Amino acid sequence: MSDLLENHIVDVIVLGTLVLSAVWAVLSPRLLRAVIGLAVASCCVTIALFRLDSPLAGVFELSVCAGLISAVFISTISLSQLETEESIAGASKERIRRYWYLPPLLVLVGIAVFQIRLVDFPEVARVGKDVRQVLWTERHLDLLGQVTVLLAGAFGVVVLFKENKKHER
Amino acid sequence: MNAELLSVYITAIVLVATAGLYYLLVTTNLIRAVIGLELVTKAVTVGLVLAGKLTGNTGLTQTLVITLIVVEVVVMVVAVGLILLGHKHTNGVDVRQLRNIKG
Repeated sequence: MSDLLENHIVDVIVLGTLVLSAVWAVLSPRLLRAVIGLAVASCCVTIALFRLDSPLAGVFELSVCAGLISAVFISTISLSQLETEESIAGASKERIRRYWYLPPLLVLVGIAVFQIRLVDFPEVARVGKDVRQVLWTERHLDLLGQVTVLLAGAFGVVVLFKENKKHER
Repeated sequence: MNAELLSVYITAIVLVATAGLYYLLVTTNLIRAVIGLELVTKAVTVGLVLAGKLTGNTGLTQTLVITLIVVEVVVMVVAVGLILLGHKHTNGVDVRQLRNIKG
């Protein structure tokens, strides 16, 4: 264990912060704080991706998940005006009753998973191609799928708010 | 990769996924349900990249993670649009209120 802390202290701190921010996002009574916890978790995932030799995925994670998604969540909270002091006070008792199982459950799961005996993985040289080569040659159909999903999402949102205008008339 | 470090990574992945799944199961607030889904996706992202690092195939796993992020954003935006529409009808984001909607 001391060897782990000496040689991989950054990984341990990043993963510890990831778990803590995820738990904070779940347990926080305020939605805004939950969203901030999610953004911090995204930042920790980004650092973990950089540590695992995946910088391009890390950049996507940071810009899209930590930036865009947090902005969309905060806009939604402000548009729906959900965060009032009364609603938070009303929900807090019910939240304690529902969520008190989570910390002991996480401790038990953590101990159980940490007990699993794993073997050392030897450092493997890169057997695959560079990410750009894979994306543009082997997995180019994924790009078509991504464009289709993006268009489906865009049309979905347009239709949702178009329907809404119809009802308003 | 060191077995102890691998244990730490796998434990963190399982814990974040457990927290997200618990959130999805327990909450009745739709925005919180989407946050739970995001947490599970974070765990899957780290798991995929860890697998790529162990097998030396980081190019393929990064490609998969980029696709995952695109799908994640689209699902999240459509879910938020539905939540806002539901909020206009029920003046809340509680799942229990949606049971009263007919048609």
